[in-house]
Amino acid sequence: MVDAHTVAAAVREAIGVAATSLRPDVLAAMRAASETEASPRGRRVLHQLIENARIAETDGVPLCQDTGTVWVRVELGVEERLGEPLQPVIDQAVRDAYRKHALRMSVVTDALFDRSNTGDNTPAFVELVTRPGHGATIQVMLKGGGSDNSSALAMLDPSAGVEGVKEFVVRTVEAKATGACPPLVVGVGIGSTFDKVAGLAKRALLASLDTDSPGRAGVLERELLGMVNATGIGPAGLGGTTTALGVKVLTAPCHIAALPVAVNMGCSAMRTATVEVV
Amino acid sequence: MPDPIRMTLPVDVAALAGLRAGDEVLLSGAVYTARDATHARIAEALEATGELPFSLGGQVLFYAGPTPSAAGRAVGSVGPTTAKRMDAYTPALLDAGIVATIGKGARAPQVLEACERTGTVYFAAVGGSAALLATHVLSAETIAWPELGTEALVRMELQDFPVFVAIDAHGGDLYAQAPSAWRGVEKR
Repeated sequence: MVDAHTVAAAVREAIGVAATSLRPDVLAAMRAASETEASPRGRRVLHQLIENARIAETDGVPLCQDTGTVWVRVELGVEERLGEPLQPVIDQAVRDAYRKHALRMSVVTDALFDRSNTGDNTPAFVELVTRPGHGATIQVMLKGGGSDNSSALAMLDPSAGVEGVKEFVVRTVEAKATGACPPLVVGVGIGSTFDKVAGLAKRALLASLDTDSPGRAGVLERELLGMVNATGIGPAGLGGTTTALGVKVLTAPCHIAALPVAVNMGCSAMRTATVEVV
Repeated sequence: MPDPIRMTLPVDVAALAGLRAGDEVLLSGAVYTARDATHARIAEALEATGELPFSLGGQVLFYAGPTPSAAGRAVGSVGPTTAKRMDAYTPALLDAGIVATIGKGARAPQVLEACERTGTVYFAAVGGSAALLATHVLSAETIAWPELGTEALVRMELQDFPVFVAIDAHGGDLYAQAPSAWRGVEKR
């Protein structure tokens, strides 16, 4: 049985874990990169980040002081019954978890007209979709400001094709990577609509770096990773051959006139969790 | 990589002249955290009085908003925030007496020019290593604007806090120079 409170409990649990422990696939990729990085300064930075992950996990302190906004995506089986609106119970979970784990409160009341801190890191940014059957999949991301700020979206002409997409991704990395805390995880969304393509790019960040996506998306991921790493931006943007640990691509249908593409930067402290509840 | 340079703060601008973009430095002594909202207030005070508030002349600004105290440390985690958001304020603050800034990421040409003009530097700390960096913070004391939460002006005492010289006082810019050496280079 899944209801709003089961979902909130999963979110509460996931926040503490994600804030203080580096995703295993990201840590493995970072360890591998510390062996292959060509720049001595780049290797120094990677070793610092690996040591950082150890300290955070051992001491239970945040990997990064920017403990982010809370992004939650709930895929809910239609046989379940939430029983009450999801937003308030998730917000309460965020409030509890941010106090309990001494995380940073990083949300302002209104982007333009009232930039006072809400004081409890709410609201969470929640999306709810349905699927057949029972249970729910809950995805949580703590998203730092630096990496989200370094993201970009373009509505390309369909004639731009794969080459146009590659050019846009690499140009975005070259322009914005140093503020996004490389080595990056680069999320790329391609297709759907103006508003939804950014969501695709964000969801791409949840995919494991241990494996490539199937089919042509996986081929594009490998090509893009090679191009991004050839920029020379390197760890912390201080020069080197590891600008990204991985590139993940999600594609979707779109309008006959459109080729939407979005890049959502993920930082070296990529913090996500996926929880299955039944 | 040569051994890091050890530097004690506060530091005279004359001592910064020996630093070059790319140098690794371990900082010990006082810095003051200031990010977006803090900068707006410092700039307001500077505008009103013609002087930096809270005797910030000769001091170092650290672009950071820490997490609360944890694990027996002064702050749980603290690392650099993106420096370019402060670029609009920085030249005036360097002219008024700030001797160095600590942050992450590339900066606008006017910051490079201001560093050269004033003999000051910009240090880069490694973003995403805030749990490690917090072990180099001995104390944290709120000096002003506690209502800003994590954006309050906080005096932090550092010990061997690791940074790289990103912009030196001679026009050197590590973010502009470093990638070219590794562009198109294969991994080992």
